[in-house]
Amino acid sequence: MAIARRQFDAVVVGAGGSGLRAALQLAECNLKVAVLSKVFPTRSHTVAAQGGVSASLGNEEADNWHWHMYDTVKGSDYLGDQDAIEFMCRKACDAVIELEHYGMPFDRLDNGKIYQRPFGGHTSNYGEREIKRACAAADRTGHAMLHTLYQRNVRARTQFFVEWMALDLIRNQQGDVLGVVALEMETGEVMILQAKATLLATGGAGRIFSASTNAFINTGDGLGMAARAGIPLEDMEFWQFHPTGVAGAGVLITEGVRGEGGFLLNKDGERFMERYAPTVKDLASRDVVSRAMATEIKEGRGAGKDGEYILLKLDHLGADVIDKRLPGIREIAKKFANVDPVTDPIPVVPTCHYQMGGIPTNVHGQAVMPDGSGGERVVKGLYAAGECACVSVHGANRLGTNSLLDLLVFGKSAGEQVVRDIAADVAAMPDLPADAADRTMARLSRLDAASSSGERVSDVGAAMRRAMQAHCGVFRFPDSMAEGVKKILEVAERARHTCIQDKSKVFNTARVEALELDNLVEVALSTMISANARQESRGAHDRSDFPNRDDANWMKHTLWFKEGNRLEYKPVQLKPMTVATFEPKARVY
Amino acid sequence: MSDRDRIRWHCRRGLLELDLLLERFVTRHLDALNVHQIDVFKELLAYEDNDLLDMVMGRAEPVHEGLADVLAMLRAT
Repeated sequence: MAIARRQFDAVVVGAGGSGLRAALQLAECNLKVAVLSKVFPTRSHTVAAQGGVSASLGNEEADNWHWHMYDTVKGSDYLGDQDAIEFMCRKACDAVIELEHYGMPFDRLDNGKIYQRPFGGHTSNYGEREIKRACAAADRTGHAMLHTLYQRNVRARTQFFVEWMALDLIRNQQGDVLGVVALEMETGEVMILQAKATLLATGGAGRIFSASTNAFINTGDGLGMAARAGIPLEDMEFWQFHPTGVAGAGVLITEGVRGEGGFLLNKDGERFMERYAPTVKDLASRDVVSRAMATEIKEGRGAGKDGEYILLKLDHLGADVIDKRLPGIREIAKKFANVDPVTDPIPVVPTCHYQMGGIPTNVHGQAVMPDGSGGERVVKGLYAAGECACVSVHGANRLGTNSLLDLLVFGKSAGEQVVRDIAADVAAMPDLPADAADRTMARLSRLDAASSSGERVSDVGAAMRRAMQAHCGVFRFPDSMAEGVKKILEVAERARHTCIQDKSKVFNTARVEALELDNLVEVALSTMISANARQESRGAHDRSDFPNRDDANWMKHTLWFKEGNRLEYKPVQLKPMTVATFEPKARVY
Repeated sequence: MSDRDRIRWHCRRGLLELDLLLERFVTRHLDALNVHQIDVFKELLAYEDNDLLDMVMGRAEPVHEGLADVLAMLRAT
């Protein structure tokens, strides 16, 4: 069967902040751009970002990019590439001001300049004291950013393919990327979108964990596509967790609850933080609290039927304090945990929030991989930006407000690189290999042909999420990780035998979810296998058997290849572009 | 039925809270909604995530009276 085909200068997969920022760069240069998105662009997960975007504007107090760079390098626990971090922090002010000129409704000071507020980890003068660096639009910064960028793209006549899911990359014999095979959900038809440049901007894949703040759409589609096409995934063992998400739901309970006097209990009603942090108790830092919670659960002192969660008690504060000082908490607890915290504790669990790893790229958004002789080469035609990319500016741990900055700076620089590459390479569209869509069609046919006795997508997905949460969560135990590798390999095998009952074409959510599971499984495999191999604790990767950072052996990036679940490593770029290296120190706040 | 299939997909949102609340609502009520209620639900789904969540969580009143009944069902789910 002949598959319909269309040609573009560039295809952008994903219409969140980074995809929109990149697409804008391309459309404004009059390139023919197609942006594919599973959902309407302004419903991308960027909408959930509340905190702000950091830039050393110095509107509130003296600041400069070098201090921001220091904070980011330190935050990354020295796994971030210092050249990329310098690149990002230097460009932050321009990125924010550009957005302001696009009409982004930033909060303002009385003098008319953009208001800035403090945010954890951002300091003045290399860690001396807290600084006001985060620019925000009330608590809707991501929402405002998406709308601003979307409107600007409409103005530039970017062509959107809404409710399209990209399924696979097309690569030729030389390994160049020539576009994607994609599914139009409304019709169930498959199409080849051929392009000189393919830019992945598919966001994170936090849905691999059972406790996740990520929206359902965050299934790592770009990561799955890259992995299946033979492109490695970098530093996938690093995921940021928040200590208190509602168990079974993922919705965050603000840390303000503990600030106001709420505390954590295990199933025996013990206030266990007294054992782990006798002085500050429940107000200990995020990683200390998360680790203590994970230990209680691992050692069988979790509450609930399967001992899977911890209890957050705040009834002793009284209804008045809860309503006045913690607005919204009661509604969240009632809606998502089915408890009223005025009388009952909220079940909570450490909850995955952000993915630091991703598709390896340079600062120009070009995908890079080992060249086989110790160096690195660009994958011609492939680019990535935002949470699905690993530049790496976040290293082992992302600093708050740097995620929105990342997608602005690298969305734009990837767009600029695509424009340069297309201008330099005026040759006609490269030929597609004859088998361009074969692998994808085989995957789809298998699903359509599978008898209903196969594996249910929801069962395999649940097994994956349970395995990741139990064996590769916020605190990692050696016996448990070995067991986790076994389980996730089993999950991957089961995922090859999924079936769907509904074989219809039009808006078949079951088919989409089966295809999303294929992507999630690649992410889960890469995470589990990379984590099991890294024998140290660094940033968000926290192991009970290797509690310390080991710079001598492990200051290097992991590269996971799907084929054979093989791992390689590459050095961290310690040398910035123009300034001196920030030498690794203990990360203490 | 394809209209209801389309609606199911339009319950995929940028905010996790909406994913959870809409999934629950759709599982319990979608098949039983009448034609008018379906139209109102579609209208609600066309709102931006933050505006819709504010309405569903009761932090904002329905934008107009015609939304109130289905919104009340959503809030109660």
